[in-house]
Amino acid sequence: MAADEEELSINEQAISASEDEEGSDDERKHKKLLEAIGSMGGRKRKKQNERSEASVQVSEYFVNAEGTGDKVNLSDLLGTVEKTSGASNKTKKQLRNLQSSKETLELPLNKQQTEKIQRGIAYEKTTAEVSCWKNIILQNQKAEQMVFPLNQESSGPKRVEQVVAGWKVQTPLEQEIFRLLHGSRQPVNDPVLTPVEEQSLKAMSLEEAKIRRAELQKARALQSYYEAKAKREKKIKSKKYHKVQNKAKRKDFLKQFDEMVKTNPEGALEELKKMELSRMEERMSLKHQNSGKWAKSKAIMAKYDDSARKAMQEQLQMNKDLTQKMVVPSDDEHESIEEGLETVPDFVNDPETVIDPVNPWMRGQLTHEEPEVSCVTAEEVQTAEEENEEEEIIGEFERKRKLRQADEEDLIPTEEEQPASEVVEEDVVEVSDKEEEEDEEEDVSEFNTLFRLMRSEKTPGEEDEEGLLSEGQIRVRSIEDLEVLDEVVEPRAIEEPSAPQTAAAEATSEPPHKKKREINLKEVLTKEAKAVRLPFLPTVVDEEERDEQISIIKEAFAGDDVISDFIKDKSRQEAAGRPAVVDLTLPGWGEWGGVGLKPPRWKRKRFRIKTAPPPPRQDQKLPDVIISEKRTASVASHQVSQLPFPFQNTAQFESSIRTPIGSTWNTQTVVKNMTKPKVVTKLGAIIEPMVKEDFIKSKTTSAGGKGAAIMLGENRRAKEGTKRSAEKHRGRRSQKRKK
Amino acid sequence: MKVKVLCRNPDDYVRETTRDIQRVPRNYDPTLHPFEVPREYTRALNATKLERVFAKPFVASLDGHRDGISCITKHAKSLSTIISGACDGEVKVWNLPRQECLRTVQAHEGFVRGICSRFCGTSFFTVGDDKTIKQWNWEAPGYGVREEPINTILGKAVFTGIDHHQREGTFVTCGQTVDIWDEQRSSPIRSFSWGVDSFSCVRYNPVETELLASCASDRSVVLYDTRESAPLRKVLPFMTNEITLCFSLYTYDIRHLDVPVTVHMDHVSAVLDVDYSPTGREFVSASFDKTIRIFPKDKGHSREVYHTKRMQHVICVRWSADNKYVLSGSDEMNIRLWKANASEKLGLLSAREKAATHYNKKLIEKFQHHPQVRRIARHRHLPGDILKQKRELREMREARRRKEQNVRKHSKPGSVPLLTEKEKHVVAVVE
Repeated sequence: MAADEEELSINEQAISASEDEEGSDDERKHKKLLEAIGSMGGRKRKKQNERSEASVQVSEYFVNAEGTGDKVNLSDLLGTVEKTSGASNKTKKQLRNLQSSKETLELPLNKQQTEKIQRGIAYEKTTAEVSCWKNIILQNQKAEQMVFPLNQESSGPKRVEQVVAGWKVQTPLEQEIFRLLHGSRQPVNDPVLTPVEEQSLKAMSLEEAKIRRAELQKARALQSYYEAKAKREKKIKSKKYHKVQNKAKRKDFLKQFDEMVKTNPEGALEELKKMELSRMEERMSLKHQNSGKWAKSKAIMAKYDDSARKAMQEQLQMNKDLTQKMVVPSDDEHESIEEGLETVPDFVNDPETVIDPVNPWMRGQLTHEEPEVSCVTAEEVQTAEEENEEEEIIGEFERKRKLRQADEEDLIPTEEEQPASEVVEEDVVEVSDKEEEEDEEEDVSEFNTLFRLMRSEKTPGEEDEEGLLSEGQIRVRSIEDLEVLDEVVEPRAIEEPSAPQTAAAEATSEPPHKKKREINLKEVLTKEAKAVRLPFLPTVVDEEERDEQISIIKEAFAGDDVISDFIKDKSRQEAAGRPAVVDLTLPGWGEWGGVGLKPPRWKRKRFRIKTAPPPPRQDQKLPDVIISEKRTASVASHQVSQLPFPFQNTAQFESSIRTPIGSTWNTQTVVKNMTKPKVVTKLGAIIEPMVKEDFIKSKTTSAGGKGAAIMLGENRRAKEGTKRSAEKHRGRRSQKRKK
Repeated sequence: MKVKVLCRNPDDYVRETTRDIQRVPRNYDPTLHPFEVPREYTRALNATKLERVFAKPFVASLDGHRDGISCITKHAKSLSTIISGACDGEVKVWNLPRQECLRTVQAHEGFVRGICSRFCGTSFFTVGDDKTIKQWNWEAPGYGVREEPINTILGKAVFTGIDHHQREGTFVTCGQTVDIWDEQRSSPIRSFSWGVDSFSCVRYNPVETELLASCASDRSVVLYDTRESAPLRKVLPFMTNEITLCFSLYTYDIRHLDVPVTVHMDHVSAVLDVDYSPTGREFVSASFDKTIRIFPKDKGHSREVYHTKRMQHVICVRWSADNKYVLSGSDEMNIRLWKANASEKLGLLSAREKAATHYNKKLIEKFQHHPQVRRIARHRHLPGDILKQKRELREMREARRRKEQNVRKHSKPGSVPLLTEKEKHVVAVVE
């Protein structure tokens, strides 16, 4: 009965489906219903085996096979197969085997399961496909500026082939010409680039190209400098100069040669061969034999002129030297080496040899050449080392001198300044630490300098002591570091190195005056040397100006002792900041009370509560500064209370705030760079979504890109063939997918 | 006798043309320009204030429909043209700069459920409640010629949404099933269904053009690949017995569907439509709470909220293809045009104006964490009822949180895990 009801509902469905166009027609509906009811009784129902509409989805209820109930047996099939002549024996055999076998096949997975598996596989594939965008997304996220629309077409004239797609070479003459052109791969069109060049351009990214260009530019510039220098030197008329030069070069060469013998015997052998060759040439020629025009004229003069005679003799000597079978380089040799020394390696101008035809920038030309370059510049390095050595020696002398001075001071201390100076010397180191950490509050530091200068004037003996203690600092404040020094250390730094250096230059020749007492540096310098880092913008105050200011301040505060007042004030503030001990002892509670009785120790221990010390004051290590740590409400409302998210520490955040970006403080280009917006859109341009092919290069496209711009008839046919095969392949793939 | 003369090179102070600005010699010595941080802070504060002062996002309202707007689509090739479909089956083509209706078509009987433009911009498709898909020409017919579709496809069930492929002649519709159609055929080339849900919305991925996603009526989102025979995966938001209080948007990574990448919450009522900006950095959402909100794609809260007194439930929203405007269609028959950046000056800017705006933007960005700047930059006006709802929601959320905390306190440690906001919206991923 249930089945019948189902039938009914199906019928109704069919009715409603057919009725769609006409709308609701009650009469017809009723009629149909009656029919349906009639069909239910006893008689065999009319089969509905027609489809109302052509569609992909076919309901299983609407399809009826003609011969339902008749089973198709394998034997039926077999009979026909046996008769047909086309069927192979193999299939017949298989069918027979199948008939004989009794095993049942395994049940296929149910629909849900198979679908789930299919979905899983498809999902995996899609995720893999989507993941290829990862790099591009990252790149775009990190990009400082994105300009939309992304792929802007270059607005230049285009080639005919680019515009007209179906242009084809037709006449035999044209074909011949194009075959020739493309055979040699010569550029035909206006942008005169061979395909290889085009490829290389494509292969190279913009950054790489820029770097490469910069490299080449630099090399060229260097070359021009060297050339200019060589020219200048060549122009010098002084014979003596050249003589000296030549001599030096010869010496150098000899030295080099000696080294070469040790390090690079093959190279040395080659050099020797060269020398031999030059010797042979010299012997063959009459160059230095005093047989030339000049020599003859000199010979006439020689009787009377001493110098002429000398010159002739020199020539002969030269010949002798050159023809001597000795390991002495010839003149030509020198020249070649000199060139090597003075000009940039030649590879800069060399035509590039193609190693990797695809990407010329992957050749590593520079790195290739590097060993040669380094051996050429070895000289310079050496000289630099020598210089360094000299500097070191000077530095050592300086240090010794300092120590000596310090000793003297130790022996004669100034009484009254002693305690103050101790404080100060400690503090100075600390100040420098502090400055290292935070180079803000320039006003404060300015005040610092003035203050210190005043004090230094007051206590002349102190200065050197400071110098002794902070010798580590002095090392940091070598000549190179001087320009970048903090203004706090500047005054001393300026006067000191200048005097010792001149002294040291002389002192190198003679040993310094020895002191009897030896001072171990390790003992004196208990403190680690600390590098003084510079603030961003050291405020420069002229020496005279400073003196003037100092005098003004002195005058202004002539009457009162500002410094001691200041120190007192500071100590008072520090004391106020220290936590007081809370005394909760109750006298007389649990013991005898009375006047003059002290609570016992246990009680004091228990009931006197010490609060935790506050964090160290900010000005703890700054002697000349009082930093108020009270939070002022008016300022607090403008201050950031928490460290904002992307920043790791306060220093980072502060530095980000401290760098100004406005044009008041920066040049125009810097401002432009700093205020560059992250996203730029073009006015009135439609921003299309990215096209996958543009951004993700697949290997198949790169293979296709190698072809010529204009296709010849044959070529084209060949290409089409490949395309067809590719399509076939794709078709197969899709079939697989459908399975 | 040598006479010293003051000599000035006119190149240093005379400008080349009268259009140039006067050359001002600058000295960048930092001692001459002290207090850079306070000065920049003041500038930043002023910039923020000005930004808020000039924040007038509403540009225009296009009226003419006689029923609520149900869908809006942009022209694929023209910035100035849009089409809108209304709940009475009327489709209108609008010209945005002139703010006028170019053409009116009675496209369907009943709702126009979806409109999509063909990628080439020559025709557009509409689907409606009358179970038809109609293709229309973008050009209006000549005078006296009846408006007739190029092509009509009769379907078996109501279509609720349509979207066109980015580069090929195929489109997708949804209704009882998700069907992929070829433009040349009258029957779908493929149809996907998963369970018996009906689908409310379907969209192609604009970049990975073979991927689709659809929203089903059982709160699930289903992914498809047009090259596959079966759908890929279904994501089902977590259902609690309580009324879901989160009227949020979720951003998912296709590859990791189990946890949303970001949960964007600010709306106080159901979200009806979303559209990404063409730069992909932000998206705009339309909500039943009568507001439009703009979210950065990776932030949990909106950066902007738009509303007007007369705007009712916003049903559809679109971001213009030049990233400058946002269009919204709402229940009370109006299409509204908004600026995507509320305080942006429209039109061409001179170089100096541009530089100034960039500088101001950068300043605001630099000092964005300072309380005063933040306070001003973040302030938005909201209508009273929405504000009330928002507070209510917040309270409810707070209460739930408190309850959870209490439960955690009174149960065995570890038995009630601490979940992040993202994890709370854990979904059932159906393979």
